[in-house]
Amino acid sequence: MGLKQYFAKRAIILFGVLMATLLLTILLVGSNMDAILKKGIAIQVRAEIVENKKIVSGFASTDELNQYISDQIGKRAKVLGLDEPWYSPNRIGLAIYKILILDFGHSTFLTSDSGSTAVGDIILEKLPRTILLFTTATVIISIIGIFVGAISGSKIGSKTDKITSSFAIISSSFPVWWVGLLMIFAFAFWYAIFPARATPTIPPTDPGYIGALLYHMTLPIITIVMIGFGTWAYLVRNFMAGIMQEDFIFVKKTIGIKRKKIIFGSALRNAAPPIVTILALSLSGSLGGAIITEAVFDWPGMGRLYFEAITLMDLPVIIGATYVLTVFFLVSIFVSDLLYGYLDPRIRTG
Amino acid sequence: MDYTDIKSSFRKNKIGLVGIGILACLIIASIITASIIPVDTYQQWNNPASWTELPKSAQPIWINWISEKKMPEHQILEAPQTILKKGSSESIVIQRFQVNYDSDYFPGEFLLNYKSTYSGSPVLQISIVRPDNITLELLSSSLPYSEQKTYYTDKIFSTNESIRKNLKLQLDKFPYQIESTNAKEIIFADKNNQVLKGNYEFIITVHGTDMIDSKLILGGKVFGLAGTDELRRDLAIGLLWGTPVALFIGVIVAIGSVVSGLVFGVYAGYKGGRTDESMMRLNDVIYALPALPFLIILSVTTSNSIFLMIGFLMIFGWVGVAKVSRSMALQIKTRQFVDAAKTMGQKDSKIIFRHIIPQIMPYALASIAISVPAAITTEAGLSFLGLGDPTYPTWGQILHDAKSHGAAARGLWWWIMPPGIMIAITGLAFVFIGNSLESTVNPKLRR
Repeated sequence: MGLKQYFAKRAIILFGVLMATLLLTILLVGSNMDAILKKGIAIQVRAEIVENKKIVSGFASTDELNQYISDQIGKRAKVLGLDEPWYSPNRIGLAIYKILILDFGHSTFLTSDSGSTAVGDIILEKLPRTILLFTTATVIISIIGIFVGAISGSKIGSKTDKITSSFAIISSSFPVWWVGLLMIFAFAFWYAIFPARATPTIPPTDPGYIGALLYHMTLPIITIVMIGFGTWAYLVRNFMAGIMQEDFIFVKKTIGIKRKKIIFGSALRNAAPPIVTILALSLSGSLGGAIITEAVFDWPGMGRLYFEAITLMDLPVIIGATYVLTVFFLVSIFVSDLLYGYLDPRIRTG
Repeated sequence: MDYTDIKSSFRKNKIGLVGIGILACLIIASIITASIIPVDTYQQWNNPASWTELPKSAQPIWINWISEKKMPEHQILEAPQTILKKGSSESIVIQRFQVNYDSDYFPGEFLLNYKSTYSGSPVLQISIVRPDNITLELLSSSLPYSEQKTYYTDKIFSTNESIRKNLKLQLDKFPYQIESTNAKEIIFADKNNQVLKGNYEFIITVHGTDMIDSKLILGGKVFGLAGTDELRRDLAIGLLWGTPVALFIGVIVAIGSVVSGLVFGVYAGYKGGRTDESMMRLNDVIYALPALPFLIILSVTTSNSIFLMIGFLMIFGWVGVAKVSRSMALQIKTRQFVDAAKTMGQKDSKIIFRHIIPQIMPYALASIAISVPAAITTEAGLSFLGLGDPTYPTWGQILHDAKSHGAAARGLWWWIMPPGIMIAITGLAFVFIGNSLESTVNPKLRR
């Protein structure tokens, strides 16, 4: 199989996966969505009648009025396509088509800060904030992790290695959000250095906003990096450990090339393919934010949007966010496939 | 490599043994919990009515052992000395509560909780004898009149207005000046208006009935081994009962997902061709699903039953194992003994379960141990978001309550630290066991 064919096949598979995810989400939330929409229509119709006394006086009996109300509800439901059950292929097909052309529709309850109810606007507003916190944290984690991991992997069994490995194992058993709670306790309550809530109180138009935002970000970033980099270092260490035993490293050592140059030049470059894959996956994963960590720090990003949408059962938002996140995830899988092929010659030559 | 080898090399692995040790402690703790603490107290966890006698946000009792100043201990005195005097006209019941008060601070409010069966109109008197033998009459009040025999229950709080007035009239009993106007601060005051330590005796006298049962609750700031939360719940009970629940969730999810992943992967690998292809695509779909959001959607739309959650966690847990065991099966199926079994005409299922899976078993055991912590943390995370099963309180739910009452910002550390430490310790035990199992069964990682 040629490389191009391989990638074409991967792309088709990933697209199929995307469709399957979308279908699953719609299947999961569809029945609730209809119930909520119908309730909304009924409330709307009743409110109109209460406001407009003329309609009421035009009816002879309450039966007639009720008949009118149910007619109105039925009409409006038909406009929205609610007369068909949610599982009818027509409606599911239409929903998927709309999402594919990036028409996410309007949210039921949530709005963006500027007041827009378009799901696209809401997501576009939350995404940069998540990138600011989680993607930055991921970048820091990977830089520290690669550096520490390369050093400890170059000398298995050394003190650095033992400390890194045990730190990695221990830190991975602590839930990040719990450490976040502790950090808030320690640095927002015990020593009041940082604010407990990660959202700045001053409006975004204020010139000091960026400074305030960075200040509010410090605590969550420290927490995420502290818990995250151990795992990274451990992974890189394991890749490096294998490569450091290869013959070409021994040769370089014997001809007297400096240790630093061997570790960060030759060895790390050879360990690059799996590291790049993990980097791509964790960068795209960071776009989803972290639902629980954001809840702890009160960070208004994608994670909190997701959680709010789920608790309010704001289905267009749930579907839109799932779609966006899955797209990012699949694209990063695809990109890491591409990079792997580029970095590892064994895949290129098949 | 057979199992005796694994056992002997595992025994040499110190970290693994530490893991086994921690796990053993947790299991012993669960057994003791299940046999000593009644299940009923645990099931009443989310029922505020069953926790009214405990203090609000009290620190753990061991704080007093390490700090210089002693904080008042929350005391629930239930079995007083009871003397029944039957006279010709009326009977008198006297109940005495002995309290050794040695805290450096004044107690919180106290309350008397009593039940009585009587007819007529009995008179209830509360008096207190201080360590310096001053006797204070706190209250003398009659119970509501009733002609028939009636059952009556009530509470008397130390903030009661008549108690305050009665004490004001008795201030001259003290040889020194009392500044406070607060009942508890007058009762427990010494000459510097600090706390007078020593034995106090609360005496409850009831004229006109022969049946009274009372309970004295002396409010304090420390209680139990883990303190209490804002909703007055004894955190020790929640933490202890959380242990068997967490172990159950972790182990069941890990076994369920690893076993199903193993069978799925091995079958795909052994069958090969189209079967393999389509099974692996299914694997891809589940791998691409954002797990946490889907878990949240599932628990919001279906129900928050813990057994359903266990099922959902399994659905997202088997994918990685399936990938690895497929590639292992691809290697093993080319071995001669599999060919031999095939030529002998054995069924596929028999080959898979008798010849291939036993070869992968050590790896499976290691992955079971490693995936336990993930299951426990995910459940804790979902519970932390408030999606837990209220009938089975878990560590995550304790943390959820802590978060929603702002425990971190208010400094209620005994509400936040212990549940997280328990999660981490349980996770560590399995990570230790899993890592050392993996390094014994996987020669690549052995050095």
